Amino acid sequence: MRTEIRFAGFGGQGVISAAKISGRAAAINDKLNAVLTQSYGPEARGGACNANVVISQDRISYPEVTLPNLLVILSQEAYTTFGSKIAPGGTLIVDRDLVDVGEAPAGIRLYKVPATQLAEGLGNRIVANVVMLGAVVAITGFVSKEAMLGAVRDSVPSRFLELNERAFETGYDYGRKLKS
Amino acid sequence: MNKKDILAGEHFLNGDVACAEGAIAAGCRLFAGYPITPQSEITETMAHRLPTIGGFFLQMEDELASIAAVLGGAWGGMKAMTATSGPGFSLMMENLGLGIMTETPCVIVDVQRGGPSTGLPTATSQADMMQARWGTHGDHEIIAYAPASPQEMFDQTIKAFNQSERYRQPVLVMADEVVGHMMERVVIDPDKIEIYPRRKPSVPYEEFLPYRGGADMVPEMACAGEGYRVHVTGLTHDERGYPDLSVESQDALMHRLIGKIRDNADQIIEVEEENIRGADVVLVTYGIAARTSLRAMELAEQKGIKVGMLRLITVWPFPLKEVRKIAGAVKGIVVPELNLGQIVREVERAAAGQCPVRLVGHAGGGLHRPEDILTAIEEVA
Repeated sequence: MRTEIRFAGFGGQGVISAAKISGRAAAINDKLNAVLTQSYGPEARGGACNANVVISQDRISYPEVTLPNLLVILSQEAYTTFGSKIAPGGTLIVDRDLVDVGEAPAGIRLYKVPATQLAEGLGNRIVANVVMLGAVVAITGFVSKEAMLGAVRDSVPSRFLELNERAFETGYDYGRKLKS
Repeated sequence: MNKKDILAGEHFLNGDVACAEGAIAAGCRLFAGYPITPQSEITETMAHRLPTIGGFFLQMEDELASIAAVLGGAWGGMKAMTATSGPGFSLMMENLGLGIMTETPCVIVDVQRGGPSTGLPTATSQADMMQARWGTHGDHEIIAYAPASPQEMFDQTIKAFNQSERYRQPVLVMADEVVGHMMERVVIDPDKIEIYPRRKPSVPYEEFLPYRGGADMVPEMACAGEGYRVHVTGLTHDERGYPDLSVESQDALMHRLIGKIRDNADQIIEVEEENIRGADVVLVTYGIAARTSLRAMELAEQKGIKVGMLRLITVWPFPLKEVRKIAGAVKGIVVPELNLGQIVREVERAAAGQCPVRLVGHAGGGLHRPEDILTAIEEVA
């Protein structure tokens, strides 16, 4: 079973980091196969960016995402670009306060997570991406909670470890409530 | 070399970083380069890592100087590497030939991007494959690897160093932007890494002839400062290394330089076969195009077509015998590559009319659509 995931937003939101942490959680901690590819160009902070992860128990042949099953959107511009490109029955998760979905696409599951607002509540919006990862794992279970939390711990500077752990748990709790 | 300098364990790395770590694991302690996308992460990693493990990182003024420093470093006793992309690779061509002529072990990595010229600085291609083979002037053989994953960027960079020491010749790693930038699990076990050491002189100073080939035509190498006479020249030379511009000397040197690769090709050539036996169609491909081809294979199998794959791990020397044998047993061969027809020419030459050979070209900037490869498979099946 091949799962295709796309994270999209603007530079500086931790979009690429979120994808790297996801890939690491799958490939190293959950012992799945995972490939990360990312848009690569002269974009700077504030510009559009996206990163894509393919996860599978089997060998991954084609490395790029064609039509994601899981789409995580952190900006309106990214939603305009990528919002309609999602597999039938797929899951769309957006930052509630940064993305106006309008009329949601039919045939998909939509979840709105106030990731940036929750991160601000923790004292630093920089961890919005990790809040979102917590929520995404609670909603989809595409990797285990332990795998993702472990990958977060291995990926952040030690002085921000505790903040990131709280961010992850906050997102996870929010996601679990949304799901139930 | 210390095993603790190797990045042991399981990591989620991009291909460029894996390549740099492979070089370090192989014992490379001199990197001379000039930054260029999409290989910059190799240079960046070497700049971070080498000074912490007793190595040398040199940022040179350009790619001509980079490869010159690498050749000099090798003659000073180091294992040395440079990495570049198309425009820089072009600048390195003259001194690649100097490396071949002077039998200098070293590794050159080309993380290919779209060309010609500045082309597509941030996007993929496999359009330097013939430049790798024939870009430097004069008659010569070449060894070139084509990694298809970050793990292979690590593994094949080590192999490239080993073959460069084994055959005393610059060895090329022909990667591409996608393999360079994609991240995957890379498993590194220092106890399983085999290193081919430099072939040091086995005779006393007075008997040593620096360009006399052994049984495999490869000479032993004395580096500067080891007490042996060292003479290095790009001119045609005799076994002492002194210029000798005669027809006889050129004949002997060319036959040895080419023969040491050509006559040992069976030991150098590495391919991976998948479902070849009983296949109606075989894909002959390499590097990132092989990943896309695997997807096309899956699609073809769903349609009941028997498809196999011959993946070239070494593109040069070209596996002529392997392709010829397959061509005699299948309905057709399909060659996906991210250029408009380079390695397909070698495949046609090897197939020698035994079966149709169909190119699935792509001008670069992105990967093939697996469906386009599937269409070609269906046409020859």
